[in-house]
Amino acid sequence: MTAILSVEHVGMRFGGLTAISDLHFHVREGEILSLIGPNGAGKTTAFNIMTGFLKPTQGRVVFRGRDLAQTRPNEIARLGLARTFQRTSVFADDTVRDNVLIGLHRFACPDFMDRLLPTPRARAAEKAARARADEIIDLVGLAQRAEEKAGALSYGEQRLIGFALALATAPRMLLLDEPVSGMNASETQGFVRLVRKVRDEGVSILLVEHDMPMVMEVSDRIVCLNYGRLIAEGSPAEIRSDPAVIEAYLGKSAARLEHKEMADA
Amino acid sequence: MTRLLAPTLLVVLAALPLVLKDPYLVNALIITGIFTICAMSLNLLLGFTGQLSLGHVAFFGIGAYVSALTALGFDVGLPFGLRVTYEGGSPLVGFGLAIVVTGLAGYLIGRLSFRVRGAYFVIVTISFAEVVRLVALNWVELTQGPLALTSIPNMTLPLPGLGEVALRTKIQNYYLVLAVATLSYLVIARLVGSRLGRAMRGLKENESLALSLGINATRTLTIAATVSAAMAGAAGSLYAHYIRIIDPDVFLFSYTVTMVIMVVAGGKGTLAGPLVGGLLFGLLPVALRPVMAPEAQWIVYGAILIAILFVMPKGIVPALEALTRRRVARAEPNPALEAGAQP
Repeated sequence: MTAILSVEHVGMRFGGLTAISDLHFHVREGEILSLIGPNGAGKTTAFNIMTGFLKPTQGRVVFRGRDLAQTRPNEIARLGLARTFQRTSVFADDTVRDNVLIGLHRFACPDFMDRLLPTPRARAAEKAARARADEIIDLVGLAQRAEEKAGALSYGEQRLIGFALALATAPRMLLLDEPVSGMNASETQGFVRLVRKVRDEGVSILLVEHDMPMVMEVSDRIVCLNYGRLIAEGSPAEIRSDPAVIEAYLGKSAARLEHKEMADA
Repeated sequence: MTRLLAPTLLVVLAALPLVLKDPYLVNALIITGIFTICAMSLNLLLGFTGQLSLGHVAFFGIGAYVSALTALGFDVGLPFGLRVTYEGGSPLVGFGLAIVVTGLAGYLIGRLSFRVRGAYFVIVTISFAEVVRLVALNWVELTQGPLALTSIPNMTLPLPGLGEVALRTKIQNYYLVLAVATLSYLVIARLVGSRLGRAMRGLKENESLALSLGINATRTLTIAATVSAAMAGAAGSLYAHYIRIIDPDVFLFSYTVTMVIMVVAGGKGTLAGPLVGGLLFGLLPVALRPVMAPEAQWIVYGAILIAILFVMPKGIVPALEALTRRRVARAEPNPALEAGAQP
């Protein structure tokens, strides 16, 4: 399978602090790849580099043949790479439908006169945008709340709006930054189904997430970071049994637990 | 209720001259109308994109000078021994040129300053207004400087069968201002209701999210700045041909402050806000004039502004909207609650 996104020997230094050193991996067309690692491992930094919000101090990120360092964030969305944010990120004062309509911005591109006058073309574009918005809202399961202000919805629902906004840009690839944090178990299950459905429609997905059961369930492959370095790469089963991962990430608490059990005995 | 505010206002204002004959009051309404157009244009930037332009009067003044000079003509020397002489022409052409030139100025300011937003935009716009004022004051050959441009002809309208008719009376100018204000309102309503308006709201509420969705911030804000400036320029042109004398004082900072007060008190980010704020603060001096000295008027003016913002921090129109929503909610009991209450 061909790579849709390649992270090529990327390094990121903030002054004297090395957040990422020599990160190198690929996301393949149509797969769900998860990026895991303990707090401070450099996941969010890597994420921001991949979406063009940060420029790497070394190496490059290539999305469908284009170097993202030369591309501004709003152009990256046009290339078909969409992201969600770690913190809840919605247009709080707008309704759910208007949120998605803002997300559909780059479609329906009437020219300036169409903006000023309600020409047939502008009306048709507006109608198509509204229909598409309703489809997306339906897909994420927020049809009941379409007319409510986004800021008034629950935390888990706001995360779904963030996901719907990213979908509205018709991406080829989605970068999800801790999408299920703040969701309860059943909301998480619903989200896993949603991510699978979107992937089945041909969208590649890169997931950064702390919820290990969710990561193990949904991922095709997993990449594990620690101290800004890649320490393991493979299928969920491989990662689960990788000694470097167990030691650096899952292992710490597991080792402590074993130690405690021995002391208790 | 606020949705019907603008059409109702239009009907009332259109009928007003039938009962109102006092030329002083008609004059006050014309000036108020011109400043309300400025307030509407400022609201497009301040209310809908969240960018505060504290040099908005620059576009008003440029519009006034461009229009006046187009009508009067000029004869100026330029560097390298060049001379530009222009005979003067139709004020209507001046009106068009004022819109084009201020639109261009707005576009340039937008391109320059929207790379650095927020406080920097405020500083750039203030500086721009001050530079333009100093040019108007010191380029005496073109602008007459402090001696003012005088005898500016009245606005003309080409009417079928009558040729170009000069609008000399107050009532004619009143309807001209009302027409331009209505048109401005419709253009703004159309823009903010469209895809562009959604992009502006998105940028105002959450810029990084908007960027991640592929919204081009510079382009969106530049369009808003261009339209906003062109509208203020049109208002400046109306002012020049109505007052018929302009001097560099048309660039006074206090005019910008007046526009900001109209927008903020009326309710920024609402279509009807600048209309309400504009009429209120435009006509307040008229109402206060018979009862107190000018110095005391300014104190009352400030006190009323503070009182409005204290009681209605978002402005008059949003407060009215909230009030009607609450009343509607009380009038129609929630059906879900009713059903739940049954045994």
